[in-house]
Amino acid sequence: MSDRSPIPVNLLTGFLGSGKTTLLQRMLSDPSMAGAAVLINEFGEVGLDHELLDRIDDTVMLMKSGCLCCTVRGEVADSLSDLFSRRARGEIPAFDRVVIESTGLADPFPVLSTIRAHPVLRSHFTVGQVITTVDAVNAGAQIKARDEAVRQIGAADVIALTKTDLCAPTETSALRTRLERLNPAARVLIARDTAPGEMLSEDPSRWTQTAPEPALTETDDLAHDGKRGHHHHDKGLGVVSFSLVIEERIDWTAFGIWLTMLLNRHGDRIFRVKGILDVEGEDRPVAVHGVQHLVHPPVHLSRWPTNERYSRLVFILEGLDPEVIRRSFHVFNRLSNSAQVEA
Amino acid sequence: MCSLCGILGCDDHWSSAVERPGVYSRNDSRLSRRREAARRLAIANKVLHTRRMKVEDFHNTSYVLRGATGATTVFDALAHLWPEAEALSGKPFDPLDPALLAALEERHP
Repeated sequence: MSDRSPIPVNLLTGFLGSGKTTLLQRMLSDPSMAGAAVLINEFGEVGLDHELLDRIDDTVMLMKSGCLCCTVRGEVADSLSDLFSRRARGEIPAFDRVVIESTGLADPFPVLSTIRAHPVLRSHFTVGQVITTVDAVNAGAQIKARDEAVRQIGAADVIALTKTDLCAPTETSALRTRLERLNPAARVLIARDTAPGEMLSEDPSRWTQTAPEPALTETDDLAHDGKRGHHHHDKGLGVVSFSLVIEERIDWTAFGIWLTMLLNRHGDRIFRVKGILDVEGEDRPVAVHGVQHLVHPPVHLSRWPTNERYSRLVFILEGLDPEVIRRSFHVFNRLSNSAQVEA
Repeated sequence: MCSLCGILGCDDHWSSAVERPGVYSRNDSRLSRRREAARRLAIANKVLHTRRMKVEDFHNTSYVLRGATGATTVFDALAHLWPEAEALSGKPFDPLDPALLAALEERHP
Protein backbone atom coordinates (compact mmCIF):
# COMPACT_ATOMS: atom_id res chain seq x y z
CA MET A 1 0.00 0.00 0.00
CA SER A 2 1.40 3.38 -0.91
CA ASP A 3 1.36 6.16 1.65
CA ARG A 4 -1.32 7.95 -0.32
CA SER A 5 -3.79 5.07 -0.46
CA PRO A 6 -6.73 5.53 1.90
CA ILE A 7 -6.35 3.37 4.98
CA PRO A 8 -9.23 0.93 5.49
CA VAL A 9 -11.16 1.26 8.73
CA ASN A 10 -12.89 -1.90 9.86
CA LEU A 11 -15.73 -1.57 12.31
CA LEU A 12 -16.13 -4.45 14.73
CA THR A 13 -19.61 -4.31 16.15
CA GLY A 14 -22.05 -6.71 17.79
CA PHE A 15 -24.47 -6.80 20.67
CA LEU A 16 -23.36 -6.70 24.32
CA GLY A 17 -21.60 -9.92 25.27
CA SER A 18 -21.51 -11.26 21.74
CA GLY A 19 -17.74 -11.83 21.77
CA LYS A 20 -16.34 -8.75 20.04
CA THR A 21 -13.28 -8.50 22.24
CA THR A 22 -12.53 -12.21 22.05
CA LEU A 23 -12.68 -11.99 18.29
CA LEU A 24 -10.53 -8.84 18.29
CA GLN A 25 -7.96 -10.62 20.44
CA ARG A 26 -7.82 -13.47 17.94
CA MET A 27 -7.60 -11.06 15.02
CA LEU A 28 -4.72 -9.15 16.55
CA SER A 29 -2.72 -12.34 17.07
CA ASP A 30 -2.87 -13.06 13.33
CA PRO A 31 0.18 -12.00 11.27
CA SER A 32 -2.07 -10.33 8.68
CA MET A 33 -3.11 -7.84 11.35
CA ALA A 34 0.42 -6.92 12.42
CA GLY A 35 0.09 -3.45 10.89
CA ALA A 36 -3.30 -2.64 12.40
CA ALA A 37 -4.10 0.19 14.77
CA VAL A 38 -7.01 -0.35 17.12
CA LEU A 39 -9.53 2.06 18.61
CA ILE A 40 -11.61 0.73 21.46
CA ASN A 41 -14.76 2.30 22.76
CA GLU A 42 -15.65 1.62 26.35
CA PHE A 43 -19.18 1.83 27.64
CA GLY A 44 -19.55 3.49 31.02
CA GLU A 45 -16.85 4.35 33.47
CA VAL A 46 -15.23 0.95 33.72
CA GLY A 47 -13.46 -0.06 30.54
CA LEU A 48 -14.05 -3.75 30.89
CA ASP A 49 -13.47 -4.41 27.25
CA HIS A 50 -10.22 -2.53 27.50
CA GLU A 51 -8.99 -4.61 30.40
CA LEU A 52 -9.83 -7.82 28.64
CA LEU A 53 -7.83 -6.84 25.63
CA ASP A 54 -4.21 -7.71 26.16
CA ARG A 55 -2.63 -6.00 23.18
CA ILE A 56 -2.49 -2.38 24.13
CA ASP A 57 0.34 -0.39 22.67
CA ASP A 58 0.95 3.00 21.19
CA THR A 59 -1.50 2.45 18.37
CA VAL A 60 -4.37 1.59 20.69
CA MET A 61 -6.39 4.52 21.87
CA LEU A 62 -9.22 4.34 24.33
CA MET A 63 -12.13 6.57 23.52
CA LYS A 64 -13.27 8.20 26.71
CA SER A 65 -17.03 8.37 26.83
CA GLY A 66 -19.88 5.93 26.39
CA CYS A 67 -21.97 5.20 23.39
CA LEU A 68 -20.46 5.83 19.97
CA CYS A 69 -23.90 6.28 18.55
CA CYS A 70 -24.24 10.00 19.13
CA THR A 71 -22.02 11.35 21.85
CA VAL A 72 -18.70 9.97 20.66
CA ARG A 73 -19.05 10.77 17.03
CA GLY A 74 -16.70 13.72 17.43
CA GLU A 75 -14.31 11.54 19.33
CA VAL A 76 -14.20 9.02 16.52
CA ALA A 77 -13.12 11.84 14.24
CA ASP A 78 -10.66 13.24 16.80
CA SER A 79 -9.19 9.82 17.53
CA LEU A 80 -8.68 8.98 13.87
CA SER A 81 -7.24 12.42 13.11
CA ASP A 82 -4.87 12.16 16.03
CA LEU A 83 -3.84 8.66 15.02
CA PHE A 84 -3.12 9.82 11.49
CA SER A 85 -1.15 12.86 12.65
CA ARG A 86 1.02 10.74 14.91
CA ARG A 87 1.57 8.28 12.06
CA ALA A 88 2.56 11.15 9.74
CA ARG A 89 5.00 12.52 12.34
CA GLY A 90 6.55 9.08 12.72
CA GLU A 91 5.60 8.82 16.38
CA ILE A 92 3.86 5.52 15.79
CA PRO A 93 4.41 2.82 13.14
CA ALA A 94 2.81 3.39 9.74
CA PHE A 95 -0.29 1.29 10.33
CA ASP A 96 -2.07 -0.06 7.25
CA ARG A 97 -5.48 -0.66 8.81
CA VAL A 98 -7.61 0.62 11.68
CA VAL A 99 -10.06 -1.52 13.61
CA ILE A 100 -12.69 0.24 15.69
CA GLU A 101 -14.43 -1.87 18.29
CA SER A 102 -17.76 -0.25 19.03
CA THR A 103 -19.96 -0.69 22.07
CA GLY A 104 -22.65 -3.33 22.01
CA LEU A 105 -25.36 -0.69 22.01
CA ALA A 106 -24.01 1.34 19.10
CA ASP A 107 -25.74 1.85 15.82
CA PRO A 108 -22.90 1.36 13.30
CA PHE A 109 -24.06 4.13 10.99
CA PRO A 110 -22.63 7.23 12.75
CA VAL A 111 -19.13 5.73 12.79
CA LEU A 112 -19.27 4.96 9.09
CA SER A 113 -20.71 8.38 8.29
CA THR A 114 -18.00 10.08 10.35
CA ILE A 115 -15.32 8.50 8.18
CA ARG A 116 -17.12 9.34 4.95
CA ALA A 117 -18.31 12.83 5.83
CA HIS A 118 -15.40 14.31 7.76
CA PRO A 119 -13.54 16.71 5.43
CA VAL A 120 -10.09 15.50 6.49
CA LEU A 121 -10.72 11.87 7.37
CA ARG A 122 -12.36 11.05 4.07
CA SER A 123 -9.12 11.84 2.26
CA HIS A 124 -7.04 9.50 4.42
CA PHE A 125 -9.38 6.71 5.43
CA THR A 126 -11.91 4.51 3.71
CA VAL A 127 -14.66 2.38 5.18
CA GLY A 128 -13.57 -1.27 5.16
CA GLN A 129 -15.46 -4.41 6.02
CA VAL A 130 -17.97 -4.12 8.84
CA ILE A 131 -17.78 -7.22 11.04
CA THR A 132 -20.69 -7.98 13.33
CA THR A 133 -20.41 -10.64 16.00
CA VAL A 134 -23.59 -12.57 16.69
CA ASP A 135 -23.91 -14.70 19.79
CA ALA A 136 -25.38 -18.02 18.65
CA VAL A 137 -26.93 -18.68 22.06
CA ASN A 138 -28.78 -15.40 22.57
CA ALA A 139 -29.17 -14.00 19.08
CA GLY A 140 -32.81 -15.04 18.67
CA ALA A 141 -33.98 -13.03 21.69
CA GLN A 142 -31.70 -10.07 20.93
CA ILE A 143 -32.90 -9.75 17.35
CA LYS A 144 -36.50 -9.72 18.55
CA ALA A 145 -35.98 -7.33 21.42
CA ARG A 146 -33.29 -4.90 20.33
CA ASP A 147 -33.37 -2.62 17.35
CA GLU A 148 -29.59 -2.08 17.65
CA ALA A 149 -28.95 -5.80 17.11
CA VAL A 150 -30.90 -5.71 13.83
CA ARG A 151 -29.10 -2.56 12.69
CA GLN A 152 -25.73 -4.12 13.46
CA ILE A 153 -26.64 -7.24 11.47
CA GLY A 154 -28.01 -5.11 8.64
CA ALA A 155 -24.81 -3.07 8.38
CA ALA A 156 -22.51 -6.11 8.38
CA ASP A 157 -20.32 -7.23 5.52
CA VAL A 158 -19.26 -10.18 7.64
CA ILE A 159 -21.38 -11.79 10.35
CA ALA A 160 -19.16 -13.77 12.73
CA LEU A 161 -21.14 -16.37 14.68
CA THR A 162 -19.71 -16.79 18.17
CA LYS A 163 -20.37 -19.28 20.98
CA THR A 164 -21.38 -21.91 18.44
CA ASP A 165 -19.74 -24.54 20.66
CA LEU A 166 -22.53 -23.91 23.20
CA CYS A 167 -25.28 -24.61 20.64
CA ALA A 168 -26.56 -27.70 18.90
CA PRO A 169 -25.46 -27.75 15.24
CA THR A 170 -29.12 -27.64 14.15
CA GLU A 171 -29.67 -24.42 16.12
CA THR A 172 -26.55 -22.86 14.61
CA SER A 173 -27.67 -23.89 11.17
CA ALA A 174 -31.15 -22.40 11.69
CA LEU A 175 -29.66 -19.15 12.99
CA ARG A 176 -27.29 -19.00 10.06
CA THR A 177 -30.20 -19.37 7.63
CA ARG A 178 -32.09 -16.63 9.45
CA LEU A 179 -29.13 -14.26 9.33
CA GLU A 180 -28.57 -14.94 5.64
CA ARG A 181 -32.16 -13.91 5.03
CA LEU A 182 -31.89 -10.83 7.24
CA ASN A 183 -28.76 -9.70 5.44
CA PRO A 184 -28.22 -11.54 2.15
CA ALA A 185 -25.33 -9.21 1.29
CA ALA A 186 -23.18 -10.42 4.20
CA ARG A 187 -20.96 -13.46 4.59
CA VAL A 188 -22.01 -15.51 7.60
CA LEU A 189 -18.99 -17.27 9.15
CA ILE A 190 -18.36 -19.35 12.23
CA ALA A 191 -15.87 -17.18 14.14
CA ARG A 192 -13.75 -19.98 15.64
CA ASP A 193 -13.41 -21.79 12.29
CA THR A 194 -12.40 -18.73 10.29
CA ALA A 195 -8.96 -17.21 9.93
CA PRO A 196 -8.94 -13.46 10.66
CA GLY A 197 -7.39 -12.71 7.28
CA GLU A 198 -10.30 -14.43 5.57
CA MET A 199 -12.76 -12.40 7.61
CA LEU A 200 -11.30 -9.13 6.31
CA SER A 201 -10.95 -10.16 2.68
CA GLU A 202 -13.23 -8.51 0.20
CA ASP A 203 -15.36 -10.98 -1.72
CA PRO A 204 -16.63 -9.42 -4.95
CA SER A 205 -19.05 -12.27 -5.59
CA ARG A 206 -21.15 -11.00 -2.67
CA TRP A 207 -22.07 -7.98 -4.70
CA THR A 208 -24.20 -10.22 -6.86
CA GLN A 209 -25.88 -12.08 -4.07
CA THR A 210 -29.65 -11.97 -3.98
CA ALA A 211 -31.67 -13.21 -1.05
CA PRO A 212 -31.71 -17.00 -0.80
CA GLU A 213 -35.03 -18.64 -1.50
CA PRO A 214 -36.88 -18.60 1.81
CA ALA A 215 -38.43 -21.83 3.06
CA LEU A 216 -42.18 -21.40 3.25
CA THR A 217 -42.32 -23.03 6.67
CA GLU A 218 -40.06 -20.41 8.17
CA THR A 219 -41.42 -17.23 6.75
CA ASP A 220 -44.73 -15.60 7.40
CA ASP A 221 -44.86 -13.77 4.13
CA LEU A 222 -43.41 -14.38 0.75
CA ALA A 223 -44.00 -12.48 -2.44
CA HIS A 224 -42.70 -13.10 -5.91
CA ASP A 225 -42.97 -10.75 -8.80
CA GLY A 226 -43.23 -13.55 -11.29
CA LYS A 227 -39.66 -12.96 -12.47
CA ARG A 228 -36.45 -13.03 -10.55
CA GLY A 229 -36.29 -11.27 -7.23
CA HIS A 230 -38.35 -11.60 -4.12
CA HIS A 231 -38.67 -10.42 -0.58
CA HIS A 232 -39.43 -11.95 2.76
CA HIS A 233 -40.16 -10.82 6.27
CA ASP A 234 -38.37 -12.14 9.29
CA LYS A 235 -40.82 -13.72 11.69
CA GLY A 236 -41.86 -11.29 14.39
CA LEU A 237 -39.96 -8.35 12.86
CA GLY A 238 -40.86 -5.63 10.46
CA VAL A 239 -37.47 -6.18 8.84
CA VAL A 240 -37.55 -7.26 5.23
CA SER A 241 -34.73 -8.30 2.98
CA PHE A 242 -35.76 -7.58 -0.52
CA SER A 243 -34.08 -8.19 -3.86
CA LEU A 244 -34.81 -5.79 -6.66
CA VAL A 245 -33.88 -7.47 -9.92
CA ILE A 246 -33.89 -5.19 -12.95
CA GLU A 247 -33.84 -6.51 -16.49
CA GLU A 248 -33.57 -3.14 -18.24
CA ARG A 249 -30.33 -1.17 -18.30
CA ILE A 250 -30.04 1.51 -15.67
CA ASP A 251 -29.68 5.21 -16.27
CA TRP A 252 -26.98 6.24 -13.78
CA THR A 253 -28.19 9.83 -13.44
CA ALA A 254 -31.80 8.87 -12.75
CA PHE A 255 -30.65 6.14 -10.38
CA GLY A 256 -28.53 8.63 -8.42
CA ILE A 257 -31.45 10.99 -8.01
CA TRP A 258 -33.82 8.18 -7.05
CA LEU A 259 -31.57 6.59 -4.43
CA THR A 260 -30.62 9.97 -2.98
CA MET A 261 -34.31 10.90 -2.61
CA LEU A 262 -35.14 7.50 -1.16
CA LEU A 263 -32.37 7.61 1.45
CA ASN A 264 -33.06 11.26 2.27
CA ARG A 265 -36.62 10.39 3.23
CA HIS A 266 -36.31 6.78 4.42
CA GLY A 267 -32.62 6.25 5.25
CA ASP A 268 -33.38 5.53 8.89
CA ARG A 269 -35.50 2.57 7.81
CA ILE A 270 -33.19 1.26 5.11
CA PHE A 271 -30.45 -0.52 7.04
CA ARG A 272 -28.61 -1.58 3.95
CA VAL A 273 -28.66 -1.37 0.17
CA LYS A 274 -26.05 -3.22 -1.84
CA GLY A 275 -25.80 -4.59 -5.34
CA ILE A 276 -24.44 -4.39 -8.85
CA LEU A 277 -25.86 -2.40 -11.71
CA ASP A 278 -25.88 -2.81 -15.47
CA VAL A 279 -25.44 0.86 -16.29
CA GLU A 280 -26.39 2.22 -19.71
CA GLY A 281 -23.25 2.89 -21.72
CA GLU A 282 -20.95 0.72 -19.56
CA ASP A 283 -19.59 -2.75 -20.32
CA ARG A 284 -18.53 -3.46 -16.77
CA PRO A 285 -20.81 -3.57 -13.73
CA VAL A 286 -20.99 -0.82 -11.14
CA ALA A 287 -21.30 -1.84 -7.49
CA VAL A 288 -23.18 0.36 -5.05
CA HIS A 289 -23.28 0.02 -1.30
CA GLY A 290 -25.14 2.10 1.24
CA VAL A 291 -25.86 1.96 4.95
CA GLN A 292 -28.84 4.05 6.07
CA HIS A 293 -28.30 7.63 4.80
CA LEU A 294 -24.76 6.92 3.67
CA VAL A 295 -23.73 5.69 0.21
CA HIS A 296 -20.13 4.73 -0.42
CA PRO A 297 -18.39 5.81 -3.64
CA PRO A 298 -19.58 3.41 -6.37
CA VAL A 299 -17.06 0.79 -7.45
CA HIS A 300 -16.37 -0.05 -11.08
CA LEU A 301 -15.90 -3.83 -11.09
CA SER A 302 -13.55 -5.36 -13.63
CA ARG A 303 -16.04 -7.96 -14.90
CA TRP A 304 -19.42 -9.52 -14.34
CA PRO A 305 -19.11 -12.21 -11.66
CA THR A 306 -21.36 -14.62 -13.59
CA ASN A 307 -22.59 -14.86 -17.16
CA GLU A 308 -25.89 -13.34 -16.13
CA ARG A 309 -25.75 -9.66 -16.89
CA TYR A 310 -28.53 -7.85 -15.11
CA SER A 311 -28.84 -5.44 -12.20
CA ARG A 312 -29.69 -6.66 -8.75
CA LEU A 313 -30.01 -4.67 -5.54
CA VAL A 314 -30.54 -6.10 -2.08
CA PHE A 315 -32.36 -3.91 0.45
CA ILE A 316 -32.67 -4.61 4.15
CA LEU A 317 -35.44 -2.39 5.36
CA GLU A 318 -38.14 -1.94 7.91
CA GLY A 319 -41.69 -0.73 7.49
CA LEU A 320 -41.49 0.01 3.76
CA ASP A 321 -43.37 -1.83 1.05
CA PRO A 322 -40.98 -3.52 -1.41
CA GLU A 323 -43.56 -3.35 -4.18
CA VAL A 324 -43.73 0.44 -3.88
CA ILE A 325 -39.93 0.65 -4.01
CA ARG A 326 -39.96 -1.49 -7.15
CA ARG A 327 -42.59 0.72 -8.78
CA SER A 328 -40.78 3.88 -7.72
CA PHE A 329 -37.51 2.65 -9.21
CA HIS A 330 -39.10 1.98 -12.61
CA VAL A 331 -40.90 5.33 -12.64
CA PHE A 332 -37.64 7.17 -11.98
CA ASN A 333 -35.64 5.10 -14.45
CA ARG A 334 -38.07 6.20 -17.17
CA LEU A 335 -37.46 9.87 -16.37
CA SER A 336 -34.20 9.65 -18.26
CA ASN A 337 -35.95 8.96 -21.57
CA SER A 338 -36.33 12.56 -22.54
CA ALA A 339 -33.55 14.01 -20.44
CA GLN A 340 -30.90 14.18 -23.09
CA VAL A 341 -29.22 17.53 -22.69
CA GLU A 342 -26.58 18.94 -24.94
CA ALA A 343 -23.41 19.75 -23.05
CA MET B 1 -12.29 25.20 -3.51
CA CYS B 2 -11.62 21.89 -5.12
CA SER B 3 -7.92 21.90 -6.00
CA LEU B 4 -8.42 19.40 -8.82
CA CYS B 5 -11.10 21.11 -10.87
CA GLY B 6 -10.75 24.65 -9.56
CA ILE B 7 -14.36 25.11 -8.64
CA LEU B 8 -15.70 26.55 -5.45
CA GLY B 9 -17.57 24.35 -3.06
CA CYS B 10 -17.12 20.65 -2.62
CA ASP B 11 -19.94 18.65 -4.16
CA ASP B 12 -18.71 15.22 -3.22
CA HIS B 13 -21.95 13.39 -3.87
CA TRP B 14 -21.59 9.64 -4.34
CA SER B 15 -23.27 9.73 -7.76
CA SER B 16 -20.67 12.21 -9.00
CA ALA B 17 -17.69 10.94 -7.06
CA VAL B 18 -14.24 12.37 -7.61
CA GLU B 19 -12.45 10.22 -10.16
CA ARG B 20 -9.92 7.85 -8.59
CA PRO B 21 -8.84 4.27 -9.21
CA GLY B 22 -11.63 1.73 -8.82
CA VAL B 23 -14.36 4.32 -8.33
CA TYR B 24 -17.09 4.69 -10.94
CA SER B 25 -17.26 8.31 -11.93
CA ARG B 26 -18.41 10.49 -14.75
CA ASN B 27 -16.03 13.18 -13.60
CA ASP B 28 -13.26 11.97 -15.88
CA SER B 29 -13.21 15.05 -18.10
CA ARG B 30 -14.55 18.57 -18.06
CA LEU B 31 -17.01 17.75 -20.84
CA SER B 32 -18.43 14.62 -19.26
CA ARG B 33 -18.66 16.36 -15.89
CA ARG B 34 -20.69 19.19 -17.36
CA ARG B 35 -22.84 16.86 -19.45
CA GLU B 36 -23.64 14.76 -16.42
CA ALA B 37 -24.40 17.82 -14.29
CA ALA B 38 -26.82 19.09 -16.95
CA ARG B 39 -28.60 15.71 -17.18
CA ARG B 40 -28.84 15.55 -13.40
CA LEU B 41 -30.56 18.91 -13.25
CA ALA B 42 -32.88 17.97 -16.14
CA ILE B 43 -34.05 14.82 -14.36
CA ALA B 44 -34.28 16.46 -10.93
CA ASN B 45 -36.42 19.18 -12.50
CA LYS B 46 -38.90 16.60 -13.76
CA VAL B 47 -39.50 15.64 -10.15
CA LEU B 48 -39.44 19.21 -8.85
CA HIS B 49 -41.87 20.27 -11.57
CA THR B 50 -44.64 18.31 -9.82
CA ARG B 51 -44.55 21.14 -7.26
CA ARG B 52 -43.74 23.88 -9.77
CA MET B 53 -40.19 24.11 -8.49
CA LYS B 54 -36.97 24.37 -10.46
CA VAL B 55 -33.29 23.94 -9.73
CA GLU B 56 -30.56 25.62 -11.80
CA ASP B 57 -26.83 25.56 -11.86
CA PHE B 58 -25.12 28.74 -10.65
CA HIS B 59 -21.74 29.24 -12.37
CA ASN B 60 -20.83 25.59 -11.84
CA THR B 61 -20.25 26.37 -8.20
CA SER B 62 -23.62 25.96 -6.53
CA TYR B 63 -27.33 25.46 -7.15
CA VAL B 64 -30.29 27.83 -7.08
CA LEU B 65 -33.65 26.33 -6.18
CA ARG B 66 -36.83 28.30 -6.89
CA GLY B 67 -40.18 27.49 -5.33
CA ALA B 68 -43.66 27.92 -6.80
CA THR B 69 -44.06 31.30 -5.09
CA GLY B 70 -40.74 32.63 -6.31
CA ALA B 71 -38.91 31.96 -3.06
CA THR B 72 -35.29 31.08 -3.74
CA THR B 73 -32.57 29.24 -1.90
CA VAL B 74 -28.93 28.66 -2.77
CA PHE B 75 -26.89 25.63 -1.75
CA ASP B 76 -23.56 24.22 -2.83
CA ALA B 77 -23.88 20.44 -2.71
CA LEU B 78 -26.20 18.07 -4.50
CA ALA B 79 -26.67 16.15 -1.28
CA HIS B 80 -28.66 19.14 0.00
CA LEU B 81 -31.13 19.26 -2.90
CA TRP B 82 -33.98 17.23 -1.39
CA PRO B 83 -33.77 18.62 2.15
CA GLU B 84 -33.74 22.13 0.62
CA ALA B 85 -36.66 21.28 -1.68
CA GLU B 86 -38.62 19.93 1.28
CA ALA B 87 -37.89 23.04 3.34
CA LEU B 88 -38.90 25.36 0.49
CA SER B 89 -42.11 23.50 -0.40
CA GLY B 90 -43.01 22.78 3.22
CA LYS B 91 -43.62 19.07 2.74
CA PRO B 92 -41.66 15.89 2.16
CA PHE B 93 -40.39 14.87 -1.27
CA ASP B 94 -41.02 11.15 -0.97
CA PRO B 95 -40.16 8.93 -3.95
CA LEU B 96 -42.55 6.33 -2.51
CA ASP B 97 -45.48 8.77 -2.36
CA PRO B 98 -48.23 7.31 -4.59
CA ALA B 99 -49.36 10.79 -5.64
CA LEU B 100 -45.85 11.77 -6.76
CA LEU B 101 -45.40 8.49 -8.63
CA ALA B 102 -48.78 8.88 -10.34
CA ALA B 103 -47.93 12.44 -11.39
CA LEU B 104 -44.58 11.33 -12.82
CA GLU B 105 -46.13 8.33 -14.61
CA GLU B 106 -48.74 10.57 -16.17
CA ARG B 107 -46.20 13.09 -17.44
CA HIS B 108 -43.47 10.57 -18.35
CA PRO B 109 -45.23 7.29 -19.28
